[in-house]
Amino acid sequence: MRDRAGRLGYDGELTGETATVNTIPLSNSPPFSNSPPFSNSLRSGPDGRGRFGDFGGRFVAETLMPLVLQVEQAYAAARADPSFQAELDYYLKDYVGRPSPLWFAERMTKLLGGAKIYFKRDELNHTGAHKINSCMGQILLARRMGKTRIIAETGAGQHGVATATVCALFGLPCTVYMGATDVERQSPNVFRMKLLGAEVRPVTSGAGTLKDAMNDAMRDWVANVQDTFYIIGTVAGPHPYPMMVRDFQSVIGEESKVQMRAVEGRLPDVAVACIGGGSNAMGLFHPYLDDTDVRLIGVEAAGHGVDTKQHAASLTMGRPGVLHGNRTYLLQDEDGQIQEAHSISAGLDYPGIGPEHSWLHDIKRVEYVSATDDEALAAFQMCTRAEGIIPALEPAHALAHVAKIAPTMREDEIILMNLCGRGDKDIFTVAAALGVTL
Amino acid sequence: MSRIAAKFAALKAEGRGAFIPFLEAWDPDSATSMAILRGMPGAGADLIEIGCPFTDPMADGPAVQLAGLRGLKAGATMARTLAMVREFRREDDTTPVVLMGYLNPIDSYGIERFTTDAAAAGVDGLIVVDLPSEEADLLLPHATARGLDVIRLVAPTTDVARLPLVLNGGSGFVYFVAITGVTGTRTASAAELEAALPLIRAATDLPVAVGFGLRTPAQAAEAVRVADAAVVGSALLDTLLASLDEQGRAGPNTVRLVLDQVRALSEAVRAARVPA
Ligand SMILES: Cc1ncc(COP(=O)(O)O)c(C=O)c1O
Repeated sequence: MRDRAGRLGYDGELTGETATVNTIPLSNSPPFSNSPPFSNSLRSGPDGRGRFGDFGGRFVAETLMPLVLQVEQAYAAARADPSFQAELDYYLKDYVGRPSPLWFAERMTKLLGGAKIYFKRDELNHTGAHKINSCMGQILLARRMGKTRIIAETGAGQHGVATATVCALFGLPCTVYMGATDVERQSPNVFRMKLLGAEVRPVTSGAGTLKDAMNDAMRDWVANVQDTFYIIGTVAGPHPYPMMVRDFQSVIGEESKVQMRAVEGRLPDVAVACIGGGSNAMGLFHPYLDDTDVRLIGVEAAGHGVDTKQHAASLTMGRPGVLHGNRTYLLQDEDGQIQEAHSISAGLDYPGIGPEHSWLHDIKRVEYVSATDDEALAAFQMCTRAEGIIPALEPAHALAHVAKIAPTMREDEIILMNLCGRGDKDIFTVAAALGVTL
Repeated sequence: MSRIAAKFAALKAEGRGAFIPFLEAWDPDSATSMAILRGMPGAGADLIEIGCPFTDPMADGPAVQLAGLRGLKAGATMARTLAMVREFRREDDTTPVVLMGYLNPIDSYGIERFTTDAAAAGVDGLIVVDLPSEEADLLLPHATARGLDVIRLVAPTTDVARLPLVLNGGSGFVYFVAITGVTGTRTASAAELEAALPLIRAATDLPVAVGFGLRTPAQAAEAVRVADAAVVGSALLDTLLASLDEQGRAGPNTVRLVLDQVRALSEAVRAARVPA
């Protein structure tokens, strides 16, 4: 009745996966929390408990805890193994299409009249957003661990599509949890996922958005711990996910540094990204954290306005709490009940934020601001007309902030913005908001 | 001796296992849930577990999720849940009460203040689902200082090598989550329980309760043949739900139906006779 790992369970299905992970000698693991006591790098987190300052950690039920530790061990081993990075690089280059270009948005620059604006064009990745950077890394890890089934949560559907895509590529069954409200407003992506062979399970609890999808994905994981790998779509969840997703997304910032130096001979003055859970922003920001001359700005979704109850600005309006496995800023009431977020963009509609952002907020290394639905819609249209690029509604929030600050900056100053997704999925939402019937 | 330790000692002397029914605070309203709580000892509850409503109960299945939402809709808060226990203690000073919930509402209340107020209200133990051993130092010192038992969860995925860590600092009893899954979904087989219990017993002298997935009197009886206590939650919540009217209000029979089921479960547990 006891398997090799000596677990209390009775499940005879435990396969080589356990054995593989358990035989990784711990001494081979890199210093997992590379946070030496006197490190003055801002890039050294999290610590051994998965914390960035007071944030992060592993707040999951005991049933999941051994699994979370297994992922941590397996990721530490993969990270130390050059063949893992080589394999990832291969898929990122020939399948995802990396590096993504750095585009000088000349017409937007002229239109706004101020700083030079560059776009990091992660919307050109296969599947149309940055999400696949991390899905690719996570599915390669899942394969190393011998997992045979993949689950994911999704808001806008971009992470669901990216997950369904890598599952099709590697022939693994895929179940995607998606809030019923989001299934409605992101129907093209729902169909895409189904075409890719994924099962989409609409989640009706709560407001039927990203938070609820994540709850159900975690419930699925608890029930299928032995064979299932959970591919989380942002820098949230229990440790090691915030770190792991950040590492996989950091390719955005790393590439952009090389590209900026090649084109401008220097780093940008400001880097701007939108924030749902915070993965595209963390991917852009992390490589710049120690370049303290570079101002970093994260843009949350202000929905109808941060002074209303309908927004998703967790850092601007929330306070620290514990949800989905980590301590972070959350939208919650006085009793610690989680509040529903609102944003026109399904991908930003989340009442929390990755824990590393909470820490960067508290130590003031990154500025966090917000943009409303209307501001994002205006930026969406401006970008489409001026650059011939239809942005996703998520980065349209970042662009709305760029439009606010560019005119206040000098012409020799540089703004780098993460154009992390394309807007094809949003045309129905935008049409409805503009009063157009398709 | 704590109420929990005293109760298990007494039951051991009697040679039988404990029955622990679960209710969600303020489900479907304050008065009904208070009436159910008050009626439980008389219907055979040896200990009582009260769920603290939370918007995002990640380890719970549909029955507990819905119960939590009904409680929240009725106005449940942490302070009101504690007030329920205080009220209950005015007439019952022996039946142990354990609160089960998630960290965020406790954290929001203030962990230190919460443990103080919970102890003062007459709460005996805490089960915080999303607080694994790795994070338990947030709660343990405060709870222990106020005489509250922190009840540790052991799961089928828990490594034997991990058991000492998981049990460290725990008191009262050990809660064996009998299935890999959320509450109310699947039932562990007798063979699964028989395989797991000796491993847990080898690691602790605390009584062991089995929960997650027990529904029927027969299953509860089977559980106390190997364990010291059986927890039944979702099955009682399903009965409550079925008794509500279309607007979700308590029906004339809600309290009676739930307590009848508590009685049937408790009788089965009493008749199971734990072999010494
Ligand atoms: C294009 C795009 N950008 C941003 C996000 C928000 O996620 P994150 O903040 O993790 O980058 C999403 C999420 O679905 C997205 O699809």
